[in-house]
Amino acid sequence: MKPTFQLRYWNQINGWLLVLPAVFMISLFTHYPIVSNLFHSLFSMGTATRPEIFIGLENYKYLLDDDIFWKVLKNNFIYSLCTVPFSIGIALCMALLINRNIRGRSLVRMSFFTPTVLPMIAVANIWLFFYTPEYGLFDQIFGFFGGDSHNWLGNPDSALYCLIVMVIWKESGFFMVFYLAALQQLSPELKEAGLVEGSGSWYYFRRVTFPLLMPTTLFVTVNAVVNSFKLVDHLVIMTKGGPDNATSLLLYYIYENAFSFWDTSYAATLTVVLVLILAAITIFQFAVVEKRIHYQ
Amino acid sequence: MKLREIGIGKTVETLGAWMLGALWLLPVVFAFWSAFHPAEYSTSFSLFAPLTIDNFVRAWSYAPFPRYLLNTFILVTLILAAQFILCTLAAYGFARFEFFGKNVVFALVLLQLMIMPEVLLVENYRTISNLGLLDTIPAIGLPYMASAFGIFLLRQSFKTIPKELVEAAQVEGLSAVGILWRVYVPLARSTYIAYGLVSVSYHWNNFLWPLVITSSVNSRPLTVGLAIFGAPESGVDWSIITAATVMTMAPLLVAFILFQRQFVQSFMHSGIK
Repeated sequence: MKPTFQLRYWNQINGWLLVLPAVFMISLFTHYPIVSNLFHSLFSMGTATRPEIFIGLENYKYLLDDDIFWKVLKNNFIYSLCTVPFSIGIALCMALLINRNIRGRSLVRMSFFTPTVLPMIAVANIWLFFYTPEYGLFDQIFGFFGGDSHNWLGNPDSALYCLIVMVIWKESGFFMVFYLAALQQLSPELKEAGLVEGSGSWYYFRRVTFPLLMPTTLFVTVNAVVNSFKLVDHLVIMTKGGPDNATSLLLYYIYENAFSFWDTSYAATLTVVLVLILAAITIFQFAVVEKRIHYQ
Repeated sequence: MKLREIGIGKTVETLGAWMLGALWLLPVVFAFWSAFHPAEYSTSFSLFAPLTIDNFVRAWSYAPFPRYLLNTFILVTLILAAQFILCTLAAYGFARFEFFGKNVVFALVLLQLMIMPEVLLVENYRTISNLGLLDTIPAIGLPYMASAFGIFLLRQSFKTIPKELVEAAQVEGLSAVGILWRVYVPLARSTYIAYGLVSVSYHWNNFLWPLVITSSVNSRPLTVGLAIFGAPESGVDWSIITAATVMTMAPLLVAFILFQRQFVQSFMHSGIK
Protein backbone atom coordinates (compact mmCIF):
# COMPACT_ATOMS: atom_id res chain seq x y z
CA MET A 1 0.00 0.00 0.00
CA LYS A 2 1.34 3.36 -0.98
CA PRO A 3 -1.19 5.95 0.24
CA THR A 4 1.16 8.90 0.11
CA PHE A 5 2.18 8.17 -3.46
CA GLN A 6 -1.41 7.69 -4.52
CA LEU A 7 -2.54 10.84 -2.76
CA ARG A 8 0.13 12.88 -4.42
CA TYR A 9 -0.77 11.42 -7.78
CA TRP A 10 -4.42 12.32 -7.34
CA ASN A 11 -3.49 15.76 -6.10
CA GLN A 12 -1.59 16.33 -9.33
CA ILE A 13 -4.47 15.29 -11.57
CA ASN A 14 -7.24 16.94 -9.55
CA GLY A 15 -5.28 20.15 -9.22
CA TRP A 16 -4.65 20.40 -12.93
CA LEU A 17 -8.23 19.46 -13.84
CA LEU A 18 -9.58 22.15 -11.53
CA VAL A 19 -7.48 24.99 -12.89
CA LEU A 20 -7.52 23.88 -16.52
CA PRO A 21 -10.79 25.48 -17.74
CA ALA A 22 -9.90 28.90 -16.35
CA VAL A 23 -6.27 28.68 -17.42
CA PHE A 24 -7.32 27.74 -20.94
CA MET A 25 -9.71 30.70 -21.20
CA ILE A 26 -7.16 33.14 -19.80
CA SER A 27 -4.50 31.89 -22.21
CA LEU A 28 -6.89 32.26 -25.12
CA PHE A 29 -7.73 35.90 -24.35
CA THR A 30 -4.53 37.13 -22.65
CA HIS A 31 -1.42 35.11 -23.42
CA TYR A 32 -2.20 34.01 -26.95
CA PRO A 33 -3.15 37.55 -28.08
CA ILE A 34 0.05 38.99 -26.58
CA VAL A 35 2.11 36.58 -28.69
CA SER A 36 0.03 36.77 -31.86
CA ASN A 37 -0.04 40.54 -31.52
CA LEU A 38 3.76 40.64 -31.51
CA PHE A 39 3.71 38.38 -34.57
CA HIS A 40 1.22 40.58 -36.46
CA SER A 41 3.25 43.69 -35.75
CA LEU A 42 6.00 42.24 -37.95
CA PHE A 43 3.71 41.92 -40.98
CA SER A 44 2.19 44.35 -43.44
CA MET A 45 -1.55 44.87 -43.67
CA GLY A 46 -3.12 42.22 -45.87
CA THR A 47 -5.76 43.34 -48.35
CA ALA A 48 -8.26 41.42 -50.44
CA THR A 49 -5.85 41.21 -53.36
CA ARG A 50 -2.51 41.19 -51.55
CA PRO A 51 -1.67 38.77 -48.72
CA GLU A 52 0.17 40.10 -45.69
CA ILE A 53 3.94 39.81 -45.97
CA PHE A 54 6.74 39.79 -43.44
CA ILE A 55 8.25 43.26 -43.18
CA GLY A 56 10.37 42.89 -40.04
CA LEU A 57 10.64 46.05 -38.00
CA GLU A 58 9.15 48.29 -40.70
CA ASN A 59 6.06 49.05 -38.57
CA TYR A 60 8.29 50.04 -35.66
CA LYS A 61 10.28 52.37 -37.88
CA TYR A 62 7.02 53.97 -38.95
CA LEU A 63 6.01 54.24 -35.29
CA LEU A 64 9.19 56.10 -34.35
CA ASP A 65 8.50 58.61 -37.15
CA ASP A 66 4.82 58.95 -36.32
CA ASP A 67 4.31 62.37 -34.74
CA ILE A 68 0.81 61.47 -33.64
CA PHE A 69 2.14 58.46 -31.71
CA TRP A 70 4.55 60.67 -29.76
CA LYS A 71 1.84 63.22 -29.11
CA VAL A 72 -0.53 60.52 -27.88
CA LEU A 73 2.16 59.05 -25.64
CA LYS A 74 2.91 62.47 -24.20
CA ASN A 75 -0.82 63.07 -23.62
CA ASN A 76 -1.04 59.76 -21.82
CA PHE A 77 1.85 60.65 -19.52
CA ILE A 78 0.34 64.06 -18.72
CA TYR A 79 -3.00 62.35 -18.12
CA SER A 80 -1.40 59.82 -15.74
CA LEU A 81 0.79 62.39 -13.96
CA CYS A 82 -2.25 64.60 -13.28
CA THR A 83 -5.00 62.11 -12.55
CA VAL A 84 -3.00 59.75 -10.33
CA PRO A 85 -1.63 62.12 -7.63
CA PHE A 86 -4.73 64.32 -7.51
CA SER A 87 -7.26 61.51 -7.28
CA ILE A 88 -5.15 59.75 -4.65
CA GLY A 89 -4.67 62.95 -2.63
CA ILE A 90 -8.38 63.72 -2.71
CA ALA A 91 -9.17 60.08 -1.90
CA LEU A 92 -6.99 60.29 1.21
CA CYS A 93 -8.67 63.52 2.33
CA MET A 94 -12.09 61.96 1.83
CA ALA A 95 -11.16 58.88 3.82
CA LEU A 96 -9.74 60.96 6.69
CA LEU A 97 -12.88 63.12 6.79
CA ILE A 98 -15.23 60.16 6.80
CA ASN A 99 -13.22 58.09 9.23
CA ARG A 100 -14.29 60.51 12.00
CA ASN A 101 -17.62 60.25 13.68
CA ILE A 102 -19.21 63.20 11.89
CA ARG A 103 -22.88 63.95 11.32
CA GLY A 104 -24.35 62.59 8.09
CA ARG A 105 -21.31 60.40 7.58
CA SER A 106 -22.96 57.68 5.53
CA LEU A 107 -24.61 60.25 3.26
CA VAL A 108 -21.26 61.94 2.60
CA ARG A 109 -19.62 58.57 1.98
CA MET A 110 -22.37 57.71 -0.47
CA SER A 111 -21.88 60.91 -2.46
CA PHE A 112 -18.11 60.37 -2.64
CA PHE A 113 -18.58 56.83 -3.86
CA THR A 114 -21.46 57.40 -6.31
CA PRO A 115 -19.29 58.30 -9.35
CA THR A 116 -17.58 54.90 -9.02
CA VAL A 117 -20.75 52.97 -9.82
CA LEU A 118 -21.68 55.15 -12.80
CA PRO A 119 -20.77 54.10 -16.34
CA MET A 120 -18.01 56.27 -17.82
CA ILE A 121 -20.26 56.81 -20.83
CA ALA A 122 -22.98 58.33 -18.66
CA VAL A 123 -20.43 60.50 -16.85
CA ALA A 124 -19.03 61.67 -20.18
CA ASN A 125 -22.51 62.68 -21.36
CA ILE A 126 -23.13 64.73 -18.23
CA TRP A 127 -19.75 66.46 -18.28
CA LEU A 128 -19.95 67.10 -22.01
CA PHE A 129 -22.87 69.36 -21.21
CA PHE A 130 -20.97 71.07 -18.37
CA TYR A 131 -18.25 71.99 -20.85
CA THR A 132 -20.64 73.20 -23.58
CA PRO A 133 -19.76 76.77 -24.60
CA GLU A 134 -22.22 79.42 -23.35
CA TYR A 135 -24.95 77.05 -22.07
CA GLY A 136 -22.79 74.70 -20.05
CA LEU A 137 -22.41 74.88 -16.28
CA PHE A 138 -18.81 76.12 -16.38
CA ASP A 139 -19.53 78.93 -18.79
CA GLN A 140 -22.59 79.95 -16.80
CA ILE A 141 -20.51 80.16 -13.62
CA PHE A 142 -17.78 82.10 -15.42
CA GLY A 143 -20.42 84.30 -17.06
CA PHE A 144 -21.88 85.08 -13.64
CA PHE A 145 -18.53 86.49 -12.58
CA GLY A 146 -18.24 88.39 -15.84
CA GLY A 147 -15.97 85.95 -17.65
CA ASP A 148 -15.99 85.22 -21.36
CA SER A 149 -17.33 82.12 -22.99
CA HIS A 150 -14.78 79.33 -23.47
CA ASN A 151 -14.75 76.47 -25.92
CA TRP A 152 -13.43 74.15 -23.19
CA LEU A 153 -13.18 70.95 -25.20
CA GLY A 154 -12.58 72.64 -28.53
CA ASN A 155 -9.37 74.30 -27.44
CA PRO A 156 -6.28 72.05 -27.73
CA ASP A 157 -4.70 73.77 -24.70
CA SER A 158 -7.54 73.11 -22.30
CA ALA A 159 -9.27 69.98 -23.63
CA LEU A 160 -7.00 67.38 -22.01
CA TYR A 161 -7.15 69.13 -18.63
CA CYS A 162 -10.95 69.27 -18.80
CA LEU A 163 -10.98 65.49 -19.19
CA ILE A 164 -8.48 65.13 -16.34
CA VAL A 165 -10.75 67.06 -13.96
CA MET A 166 -13.63 64.78 -14.85
CA VAL A 167 -11.59 61.61 -14.36
CA ILE A 168 -10.37 62.80 -10.95
CA TRP A 169 -14.00 63.31 -9.94
CA LYS A 170 -14.88 59.84 -11.20
CA GLU A 171 -12.01 57.94 -9.58
CA SER A 172 -11.34 59.55 -6.18
CA GLY A 173 -14.22 57.82 -4.43
CA PHE A 174 -13.01 54.45 -5.62
CA PHE A 175 -9.54 54.95 -4.15
CA MET A 176 -11.05 56.42 -0.98
CA VAL A 177 -12.50 53.01 -0.20
CA PHE A 178 -9.05 51.42 0.05
CA TYR A 179 -7.85 54.14 2.42
CA LEU A 180 -10.98 53.70 4.53
CA ALA A 181 -10.27 49.99 4.79
CA ALA A 182 -6.67 50.68 5.82
CA LEU A 183 -7.63 53.37 8.35
CA GLN A 184 -10.07 51.01 10.02
CA GLN A 185 -7.28 48.55 10.57
CA LEU A 186 -5.03 51.05 12.35
CA SER A 187 -5.21 50.40 16.06
CA PRO A 188 -7.03 52.98 18.17
CA GLU A 189 -4.38 52.60 20.92
CA LEU A 190 -1.91 54.25 18.59
CA LYS A 191 -4.11 57.31 18.35
CA GLU A 192 -4.58 57.41 22.12
CA ALA A 193 -0.84 57.18 22.66
CA GLY A 194 -0.37 60.05 20.23
CA LEU A 195 -2.93 62.18 22.06
CA VAL A 196 -1.44 61.45 25.46
CA GLU A 197 1.95 62.55 24.21
CA GLY A 198 0.21 65.73 23.13
CA SER A 199 1.16 65.58 19.47
CA GLY A 200 -1.05 67.75 17.23
CA SER A 201 -3.25 66.06 14.69
CA TRP A 202 -1.20 67.24 11.68
CA TYR A 203 1.98 66.00 13.32
CA TYR A 204 0.29 62.72 14.17
CA PHE A 205 -0.91 62.33 10.59
CA ARG A 206 2.50 63.12 9.09
CA ARG A 207 4.55 60.93 11.43
CA VAL A 208 2.19 58.04 12.18
CA THR A 209 -0.87 57.69 9.96
CA PHE A 210 0.66 58.53 6.60
CA PRO A 211 3.66 56.18 6.90
CA LEU A 212 1.36 53.38 8.05
CA LEU A 213 -0.81 53.99 4.98
CA MET A 214 2.18 53.66 2.66
CA PRO A 215 1.38 50.12 1.47
CA THR A 216 -2.15 51.26 0.59
CA THR A 217 -0.79 54.30 -1.22
CA LEU A 218 1.51 52.13 -3.31
CA PHE A 219 -1.27 49.65 -4.08
CA VAL A 220 -3.64 52.43 -5.10
CA THR A 221 -0.95 54.15 -7.16
CA VAL A 222 -0.28 51.05 -9.23
CA ASN A 223 -4.02 50.60 -9.79
CA ALA A 224 -4.46 54.24 -10.74
CA VAL A 225 -1.57 54.18 -13.22
CA VAL A 226 -2.90 51.03 -14.88
CA ASN A 227 -6.36 52.63 -15.06
CA SER A 228 -4.95 55.72 -16.70
CA PHE A 229 -3.74 53.57 -19.59
CA LYS A 230 -6.93 51.53 -19.78
CA LEU A 231 -9.75 54.04 -19.41
CA VAL A 232 -10.56 55.77 -22.69
CA ASP A 233 -14.36 55.35 -22.93
CA HIS A 234 -15.02 59.05 -22.42
CA LEU A 235 -12.97 60.01 -25.49
CA VAL A 236 -15.48 58.27 -27.76
CA ILE A 237 -18.23 60.56 -26.45
CA MET A 238 -16.48 63.81 -25.65
CA THR A 239 -13.67 64.54 -28.09
CA LYS A 240 -12.87 61.54 -30.29
CA GLY A 241 -9.25 62.26 -29.43
CA GLY A 242 -9.42 65.78 -30.85
CA PRO A 243 -9.02 68.64 -31.38
CA ASP A 244 -5.98 67.76 -33.46
CA ASN A 245 -5.22 64.70 -31.27
CA ALA A 246 -4.84 66.93 -28.21
CA THR A 247 -6.79 64.50 -26.00
CA SER A 248 -6.05 61.17 -27.66
CA LEU A 249 -4.64 58.45 -25.41
CA LEU A 250 -2.70 55.34 -26.38
CA LEU A 251 -5.53 52.82 -26.17
CA TYR A 252 -7.85 55.18 -28.02
CA TYR A 253 -5.25 55.62 -30.77
CA ILE A 254 -5.04 51.81 -31.02
CA TYR A 255 -8.83 51.61 -31.27
CA GLU A 256 -8.86 54.32 -33.92
CA ASN A 257 -6.18 52.63 -36.02
CA ALA A 258 -7.83 49.23 -35.80
CA PHE A 259 -11.50 50.10 -36.14
CA SER A 260 -11.62 53.46 -37.94
CA PHE A 261 -8.61 53.26 -40.28
CA TRP A 262 -8.62 49.42 -40.35
CA ASP A 263 -4.83 49.34 -40.11
CA THR A 264 -4.67 46.34 -37.78
CA SER A 265 -0.98 45.81 -38.37
CA TYR A 266 -0.06 49.26 -37.08
CA ALA A 267 -2.61 48.86 -34.27
CA ALA A 268 -0.78 45.66 -33.29
CA THR A 269 2.50 47.57 -33.19
CA LEU A 270 0.98 50.20 -30.92
CA THR A 271 -0.47 47.47 -28.72
CA VAL A 272 3.04 46.07 -28.22
CA VAL A 273 4.05 49.45 -26.78
CA LEU A 274 1.04 49.49 -24.46
CA VAL A 275 1.72 45.93 -23.28
CA LEU A 276 5.36 46.88 -22.61
CA ILE A 277 4.26 49.86 -20.51
CA LEU A 278 1.87 47.69 -18.50
CA ALA A 279 4.56 45.03 -18.11
CA ALA A 280 6.94 47.67 -16.75
CA ILE A 281 4.34 48.70 -14.18
CA THR A 282 3.90 45.03 -13.23
CA ILE A 283 7.62 44.57 -12.73
CA PHE A 284 7.72 47.74 -10.65
CA GLN A 285 4.91 46.39 -8.53
CA PHE A 286 6.64 43.10 -7.86
CA ALA A 287 10.04 44.66 -7.25
CA VAL A 288 8.96 47.55 -5.04
CA VAL A 289 5.38 47.37 -3.89
CA GLU A 290 5.18 43.72 -2.89
CA LYS A 291 8.37 44.04 -0.88
CA ARG A 292 7.03 47.09 0.92
CA ILE A 293 3.73 45.41 1.71
CA HIS A 294 5.34 42.38 3.28
CA TYR A 295 7.36 44.15 5.93
CA GLN A 296 4.23 45.37 7.66
CA MET B 1 -10.54 75.47 26.36
CA LYS B 2 -8.92 72.47 24.75
CA LEU B 3 -12.29 70.78 24.38
CA ARG B 4 -13.81 73.82 22.71
CA GLU B 5 -10.92 73.90 20.23
CA ILE B 6 -11.58 70.29 19.38
CA GLY B 7 -15.27 71.13 18.99
CA ILE B 8 -14.54 73.96 16.54
CA GLY B 9 -12.11 71.77 14.62
CA LYS B 10 -14.74 69.11 14.34
CA THR B 11 -17.37 71.57 13.07
CA VAL B 12 -14.99 72.80 10.39
CA GLU B 13 -14.22 69.23 9.36
CA THR B 14 -17.91 68.33 9.22
CA LEU B 15 -18.69 71.36 7.08
CA GLY B 16 -15.76 70.57 4.81
CA ALA B 17 -16.95 66.99 4.39
CA TRP B 18 -20.48 68.14 3.59
CA MET B 19 -19.31 70.68 1.03
CA LEU B 20 -17.04 68.23 -0.70
CA GLY B 21 -19.86 65.66 -0.65
CA ALA B 22 -22.28 68.17 -2.17
CA LEU B 23 -19.75 69.07 -4.85
CA TRP B 24 -19.29 65.39 -5.67
CA LEU B 25 -23.01 64.76 -5.91
CA LEU B 26 -23.70 67.85 -8.02
CA PRO B 27 -23.21 66.29 -11.50
CA VAL B 28 -25.55 63.42 -10.66
CA VAL B 29 -28.18 65.73 -9.19
CA PHE B 30 -27.91 67.86 -12.29
CA ALA B 31 -28.47 64.84 -14.56
CA PHE B 32 -31.65 63.96 -12.68
CA TRP B 33 -32.82 67.59 -12.70
CA SER B 34 -32.38 67.88 -16.43
CA ALA B 35 -33.96 64.50 -17.15
CA PHE B 36 -37.14 65.28 -15.22
CA HIS B 37 -37.71 68.83 -16.49
CA PRO B 38 -38.64 70.32 -19.88
CA ALA B 39 -35.70 71.21 -22.13
CA GLU B 40 -35.80 74.95 -21.43
CA TYR B 41 -35.03 74.34 -17.75
CA SER B 42 -31.87 72.30 -18.28
CA THR B 43 -29.84 75.50 -18.48
CA SER B 44 -31.74 77.64 -16.03
CA PHE B 45 -32.48 76.58 -12.52
CA SER B 46 -35.89 77.37 -11.14
CA LEU B 47 -37.43 75.85 -8.06
CA PHE B 48 -40.89 75.88 -9.62
CA ALA B 49 -40.02 74.26 -12.91
CA PRO B 50 -42.68 71.71 -13.84
CA LEU B 51 -41.76 68.05 -13.52
CA THR B 52 -42.18 65.82 -16.53
CA ILE B 53 -41.39 62.30 -17.70
CA ASP B 54 -41.76 63.35 -21.31
CA ASN B 55 -37.99 63.10 -21.89
CA PHE B 56 -38.03 59.45 -20.88
CA VAL B 57 -41.02 58.68 -23.07
CA ARG B 58 -39.29 60.25 -26.06
CA ALA B 59 -35.90 58.62 -25.43
CA TRP B 60 -37.75 55.32 -25.11
CA SER B 61 -39.45 55.86 -28.47
CA TYR B 62 -36.29 57.02 -30.31
CA ALA B 63 -34.09 54.04 -29.47
CA PRO B 64 -34.71 50.42 -28.39
CA PHE B 65 -33.72 50.96 -24.75
CA PRO B 66 -35.76 48.01 -23.42
CA ARG B 67 -33.78 45.74 -25.73
CA TYR B 68 -30.45 47.30 -24.65
CA LEU B 69 -31.47 46.85 -21.03
CA LEU B 70 -32.32 43.20 -21.65
CA ASN B 71 -28.98 42.66 -23.43
CA THR B 72 -27.03 44.18 -20.55
CA PHE B 73 -28.99 42.10 -18.08
CA ILE B 74 -28.30 38.87 -19.99
CA LEU B 75 -24.65 39.82 -20.42
CA VAL B 76 -24.04 40.58 -16.75
CA THR B 77 -25.82 37.42 -15.61
CA LEU B 78 -23.97 35.23 -18.10
CA ILE B 79 -20.57 36.62 -17.13
CA LEU B 80 -21.26 36.33 -13.41
CA ALA B 81 -22.45 32.71 -13.67
CA ALA B 82 -19.45 31.68 -15.77
CA GLN B 83 -17.05 33.57 -13.50
CA PHE B 84 -18.41 31.91 -10.37
CA ILE B 85 -17.98 28.43 -11.86
CA LEU B 86 -14.57 28.90 -13.50
CA CYS B 87 -13.04 30.95 -10.69
CA THR B 88 -14.34 28.67 -7.93
CA LEU B 89 -12.79 25.58 -9.54
CA ALA B 90 -9.49 27.29 -10.26
CA ALA B 91 -9.28 28.94 -6.84
CA TYR B 92 -9.90 25.58 -5.18
CA GLY B 93 -7.15 24.01 -7.28
CA PHE B 94 -4.67 26.77 -6.43
CA ALA B 95 -5.58 26.94 -2.75
CA ARG B 96 -5.63 23.29 -1.74
CA PHE B 97 -3.81 21.12 -4.28
CA GLU B 98 -0.13 20.61 -4.96
CA PHE B 99 0.62 20.05 -8.61
CA PHE B 100 3.52 20.43 -10.98
CA GLY B 101 4.07 23.97 -12.20
CA LYS B 102 1.46 25.47 -9.85
CA ASN B 103 3.34 28.65 -8.99
CA VAL B 104 4.29 29.41 -12.58
CA VAL B 105 0.72 28.88 -13.76
CA PHE B 106 -0.60 31.07 -10.96
CA ALA B 107 1.82 33.87 -11.89
CA LEU B 108 0.71 33.59 -15.52
CA VAL B 109 -2.93 33.85 -14.42
CA LEU B 110 -2.19 37.01 -12.43
CA LEU B 111 -0.84 38.66 -15.58
CA GLN B 112 -4.48 39.27 -16.51
CA LEU B 113 -4.83 41.67 -13.56
CA MET B 114 -2.51 44.06 -15.38
CA ILE B 115 -3.17 43.31 -19.03
CA MET B 116 -6.94 43.20 -19.26
CA PRO B 117 -8.68 41.77 -22.36
CA GLU B 118 -9.69 45.23 -23.63
CA VAL B 119 -6.03 46.22 -23.97
CA LEU B 120 -5.62 43.40 -26.50
CA LEU B 121 -8.81 44.28 -28.36
CA VAL B 122 -7.30 44.00 -31.84
CA GLU B 123 -6.27 40.36 -31.44
CA ASN B 124 -9.28 39.41 -29.36
CA TYR B 125 -11.51 40.79 -32.10
CA ARG B 126 -9.68 38.50 -34.52
CA THR B 127 -10.19 35.48 -32.24
CA ILE B 128 -13.90 36.16 -31.78
CA SER B 129 -14.25 36.66 -35.52
CA ASN B 130 -12.51 33.31 -36.19
CA LEU B 131 -14.88 31.64 -33.74
CA GLY B 132 -17.76 33.10 -35.76
CA LEU B 133 -19.18 34.88 -32.73
CA LEU B 134 -19.06 38.53 -33.83
CA ASP B 135 -22.04 40.59 -32.71
CA THR B 136 -23.31 38.13 -30.10
CA ILE B 137 -23.77 38.59 -26.37
CA PRO B 138 -21.49 35.64 -25.40
CA ALA B 139 -18.72 37.25 -27.47
CA ILE B 140 -18.82 40.33 -25.22
CA GLY B 141 -18.50 38.17 -22.13
CA LEU B 142 -16.11 35.46 -23.28
CA PRO B 143 -12.77 37.24 -22.62
CA TYR B 144 -13.84 38.11 -19.06
CA MET B 145 -15.30 34.79 -17.95
CA ALA B 146 -12.09 33.40 -16.52
CA SER B 147 -11.07 36.28 -14.28
CA ALA B 148 -7.71 36.43 -12.57
CA PHE B 149 -9.21 38.85 -10.07
CA GLY B 150 -11.93 36.37 -9.09
CA ILE B 151 -9.48 33.49 -8.84
CA PHE B 152 -7.20 35.59 -6.66
CA LEU B 153 -9.97 36.74 -4.29
CA LEU B 154 -11.51 33.28 -3.88
CA ARG B 155 -8.13 31.64 -3.43
CA GLN B 156 -7.33 34.07 -0.59
CA SER B 157 -10.66 33.31 0.99
CA PHE B 158 -10.31 29.52 0.58
CA LYS B 159 -6.87 29.60 2.15
CA THR B 160 -8.24 30.99 5.42
CA ILE B 161 -10.54 28.01 5.89
CA PRO B 162 -9.05 25.80 8.62
CA LYS B 163 -7.59 22.44 7.58
CA GLU B 164 -9.41 20.74 10.50
CA LEU B 165 -12.78 21.47 8.89
CA VAL B 166 -11.63 19.90 5.65
CA GLU B 167 -10.23 16.86 7.46
CA ALA B 168 -13.48 16.43 9.35
CA ALA B 169 -15.35 16.48 6.05
CA GLN B 170 -12.96 13.88 4.66
CA VAL B 171 -13.64 11.64 7.64
CA GLU B 172 -17.35 12.02 6.91
CA GLY B 173 -16.55 10.57 3.50
CA LEU B 174 -17.04 13.65 1.34
CA SER B 175 -15.28 13.68 -2.05
CA ALA B 176 -13.07 16.55 -3.26
CA VAL B 177 -16.03 18.09 -5.10
CA GLY B 178 -18.27 17.49 -2.10
CA ILE B 179 -15.84 19.33 0.15
CA LEU B 180 -15.72 22.25 -2.26
CA TRP B 181 -19.49 22.48 -2.43
CA ARG B 182 -20.31 21.79 1.22
CA VAL B 183 -17.39 23.42 3.03
CA TYR B 184 -15.50 25.97 0.90
CA VAL B 185 -18.30 27.66 -1.04
CA PRO B 186 -20.62 28.32 1.95
CA LEU B 187 -17.74 29.66 4.05
CA ALA B 188 -16.63 32.05 1.32
CA ARG B 189 -20.10 33.56 0.95
CA SER B 190 -19.05 37.14 1.72
CA THR B 191 -16.27 36.94 -0.87
CA TYR B 192 -18.78 35.79 -3.48
CA ILE B 193 -21.05 38.74 -2.67
CA ALA B 194 -18.14 41.17 -2.81
CA TYR B 195 -16.81 39.80 -6.07
CA GLY B 196 -20.31 39.60 -7.55
CA LEU B 197 -21.03 43.27 -6.87
CA VAL B 198 -17.68 44.39 -8.28
CA SER B 199 -18.13 42.21 -11.36
CA VAL B 200 -21.70 43.34 -12.04
CA SER B 201 -20.77 47.02 -11.76
CA TYR B 202 -17.74 46.52 -14.00
CA HIS B 203 -19.64 44.77 -16.77
CA TRP B 204 -22.76 46.93 -16.52
CA ASN B 205 -20.48 49.90 -17.20
CA ASN B 206 -17.98 48.34 -19.61
CA PHE B 207 -17.90 50.02 -22.98
CA LEU B 208 -14.91 49.80 -25.32
CA TRP B 209 -14.85 46.05 -25.92
CA PRO B 210 -18.66 45.79 -26.36
CA LEU B 211 -18.45 48.74 -28.75
CA VAL B 212 -16.05 47.02 -31.14
CA ILE B 213 -17.53 43.55 -30.93
CA THR B 214 -21.23 44.44 -31.41
CA SER B 215 -22.86 45.91 -34.49
CA SER B 216 -26.60 45.47 -34.06
CA VAL B 217 -29.44 46.08 -31.65
CA ASN B 218 -29.58 42.33 -30.94
CA SER B 219 -26.39 42.33 -28.90
CA ARG B 220 -25.61 45.95 -27.96
CA PRO B 221 -25.54 46.63 -24.21
CA LEU B 222 -26.92 49.83 -22.67
CA THR B 223 -23.62 51.70 -22.62
CA VAL B 224 -23.06 51.23 -26.36
CA GLY B 225 -26.69 52.06 -27.09
CA LEU B 226 -26.40 55.23 -25.06
CA ALA B 227 -23.17 56.25 -26.81
CA ILE B 228 -24.78 55.92 -30.23
CA PHE B 229 -27.93 57.67 -29.08
CA GLY B 230 -26.07 60.53 -27.42
CA ALA B 231 -23.55 61.14 -30.21
CA PRO B 232 -23.60 64.84 -31.19
CA GLU B 233 -24.28 63.79 -34.80
CA SER B 234 -27.59 62.27 -33.74
CA GLY B 235 -28.99 65.75 -33.12
CA VAL B 236 -31.16 64.62 -30.22
CA ASP B 237 -32.23 67.16 -27.60
CA TRP B 238 -29.99 67.52 -24.59
CA SER B 239 -32.70 66.77 -22.02
CA ILE B 240 -33.62 63.57 -23.85
CA ILE B 241 -29.99 62.48 -23.78
CA THR B 242 -29.86 63.04 -20.02
CA ALA B 243 -33.05 61.02 -19.66
CA ALA B 244 -31.34 58.16 -21.53
CA THR B 245 -28.24 58.65 -19.38
CA VAL B 246 -30.31 58.42 -16.21
CA MET B 247 -31.98 55.26 -17.53
CA THR B 248 -28.59 53.71 -18.15
CA MET B 249 -27.21 54.40 -14.71
CA ALA B 250 -30.43 54.11 -12.68
CA PRO B 251 -30.57 50.33 -12.08
CA LEU B 252 -27.05 50.22 -10.68
CA LEU B 253 -27.53 53.48 -8.80
CA VAL B 254 -30.72 52.25 -7.14
CA ALA B 255 -29.01 49.00 -6.18
CA PHE B 256 -26.12 51.01 -4.80
CA ILE B 257 -28.33 53.29 -2.69
CA LEU B 258 -30.26 50.31 -1.31
CA PHE B 259 -27.18 48.24 -0.49
CA GLN B 260 -24.74 51.08 0.13
CA ARG B 261 -22.86 49.42 2.98
CA GLN B 262 -22.58 46.17 1.10
CA PHE B 263 -21.21 47.94 -1.99
CA VAL B 264 -18.59 49.97 -0.16
CA GLN B 265 -17.53 46.97 1.89
CA SER B 266 -17.33 44.80 -1.22
CA PHE B 267 -15.03 47.22 -2.98
CA MET B 268 -13.02 47.50 0.25
CA HIS B 269 -12.81 43.74 0.58
CA SER B 270 -11.63 43.40 -3.01
CA GLY B 271 -8.69 45.69 -2.41
CA ILE B 272 -7.23 43.96 0.62
CA LYS B 273 -4.56 41.45 -0.09
